[in-house]
Amino acid sequence: MSQKILAKNKLDAFLQGLCRDQDLFAPVMKDGKVGWAPVATADQALWDFSNTEMSPKDFFFPQTECMMRFKNVQGDPQGMIMQAEPALNRPRVLLNIRPCDAKAFQVLDLIFVQDEMTNDLYWRDKREKTTLIGLACNDPCPTCFCTTVGSNPHGTTGLDVLLVDLGDKFLAQALTAKGEALVGDLPAAAGGDEAKAAELKKAAEGKISGGVAMDKVNSREVMELYDAPLWDRVMESCLNCGTCTFCCPTCHCFDIQDETQGQDGRRVRNWDYCMSWLFTMHGTGHNPRGTKKDRVRQRFMHKFKYIPVKRGGEIGCVGCGRCVRLCPVNIDVRQVVNDMNA
Amino acid sequence: MRNTYVPYPVSIKEVRVETEDKQLKSFWLQFLNSEDASAFNYTPGQFAELSISGYGEIPIGIASSPTEGRDLLFTVNKVGSVSSRLHNMKAGDIMGVRGPLGNSYPLRAAKGKNIVIVAGGFAVTTLRSTMNWLLHPDHRGDYGEITFIYGARTPGMLLYTQEWTAWQNSGQAKVCVTVDREAPGWSGLVGFVPTVTGDVAPKPDNAIALICGPPIMIKFTQPVFDKLGWQSDQIIMSLENRMKCGIGICGRCNVGPEYVCKDGPVFTKTQLDKLPREY
Repeated sequence: MSQKILAKNKLDAFLQGLCRDQDLFAPVMKDGKVGWAPVATADQALWDFSNTEMSPKDFFFPQTECMMRFKNVQGDPQGMIMQAEPALNRPRVLLNIRPCDAKAFQVLDLIFVQDEMTNDLYWRDKREKTTLIGLACNDPCPTCFCTTVGSNPHGTTGLDVLLVDLGDKFLAQALTAKGEALVGDLPAAAGGDEAKAAELKKAAEGKISGGVAMDKVNSREVMELYDAPLWDRVMESCLNCGTCTFCCPTCHCFDIQDETQGQDGRRVRNWDYCMSWLFTMHGTGHNPRGTKKDRVRQRFMHKFKYIPVKRGGEIGCVGCGRCVRLCPVNIDVRQVVNDMNA
Repeated sequence: MRNTYVPYPVSIKEVRVETEDKQLKSFWLQFLNSEDASAFNYTPGQFAELSISGYGEIPIGIASSPTEGRDLLFTVNKVGSVSSRLHNMKAGDIMGVRGPLGNSYPLRAAKGKNIVIVAGGFAVTTLRSTMNWLLHPDHRGDYGEITFIYGARTPGMLLYTQEWTAWQNSGQAKVCVTVDREAPGWSGLVGFVPTVTGDVAPKPDNAIALICGPPIMIKFTQPVFDKLGWQSDQIIMSLENRMKCGIGICGRCNVGPEYVCKDGPVFTKTQLDKLPREY
């Protein structure tokens, strides 16, 4: 695919083209935090930031999403019958998404869409109608560890276009046909531009100091890791607050609830989290993950053992470091995984 | 492409109180659209999400057999808000069914073998489906001896009495039904399921056992099978966990890497021995 140049003084024209027939979103500064918002011009978007506070998974897997509606009248010919919500009516572009977050969507694709029955149309519809323009990280944070979990500060997985900030301009790499259509008209890059991007990539990789080792986690049996003594220690400080699951780009557990108001009824899905005691509780009161230890262990085992076992080695973590930064009791996923690997 | 979260609309055709404590009711459900009925192709051991608009969904094993026609049978214990609402519903009411979900008992792979079924309490539902399927003229000839061991606390707590009586009378299966204690009017077996299983002493040669029941029954039945020389891969069990999506995504019913809703609910003891006891 082609390598193009996007001059920084041409950004507005580029963005105008992007939002002509689509909704355009990018990271912006909001209340002192970096978050996602609709943008129309280049100065509304952030071009120099570490990463958004929360993962952009909300675009594909909203925190609350109406799945279907029904007329709440028993006895009416159409009453009580669920009708699916309509699909997204406008395509979207996410601009300046970080490579780790884009990689996370590809991991989640393997979970939301598996076969004819496990075929989440809500997820799939939004994925198919969204273009991802990535912005390579030239300056990863101290909490980033993407290179040790199969991602990269300049990674291209899951993206349609990757932008690399070369100083006065961006190198724009088209990665898919969708991406090619967006940047095809831009001027071609010179050999020097690509060489500079390669240098920046190497420098960014070099800035990632900490990380996880997974070799023994991969080779050990499920029960060996499950029965390892480390969980007694990790669970002591955990509050089961769920912050890590809410900010995580690959956490995808959800609940489904019905709501009614008069004759209107709907079925919604909401983010849920494995740290909650209710999450697994049976109607009888029996709870298969009844202790805090069970729940803490579930989160790490799910990401680093269960998903790899089931999804061809793919890890349920992209090394974005959000949970490391936001955990109120400083549980560091890197330390936990390295202990699992010890 | 079908949205697998949207239930098929069904109407309740018949409601039957099953047990003396009235905690268990059976519901025969009829599809509103014939194309939905054709799409709902299931085999014994699978379950479905019963959907009651405004209340939610509950995963329940399918108690009917596909050999019985297109209507579906579910026997539901009154426990939470959805099942309590269902217990208050009547024939003609509209609800939904989503499925069939999960895997099934390995009946096709067990052709030519003897089948031993051990059930306790209301876990007998998908085994009712299995018995009806096995005893159907199209399938009965494919199997050797069929033994059905079933127990409940009292005679009034036994489900499907008419049916297992008919299986007994047909001579097509060895039917051993037991209650925990002597009871007026009960002339059948008395004793716990593990004890009765020990007395029946099913032979492991060329056989599989399907075991479903409360954890305490399973705990004491397993050693009986071990003593009789059964191997772990001959023992097949069905698990239950809290579920929402039913299709292996939402993250709560997993036992280690296996989702009870998608990879199960049916597992061999060999599989379960390698998994955490999170069920």
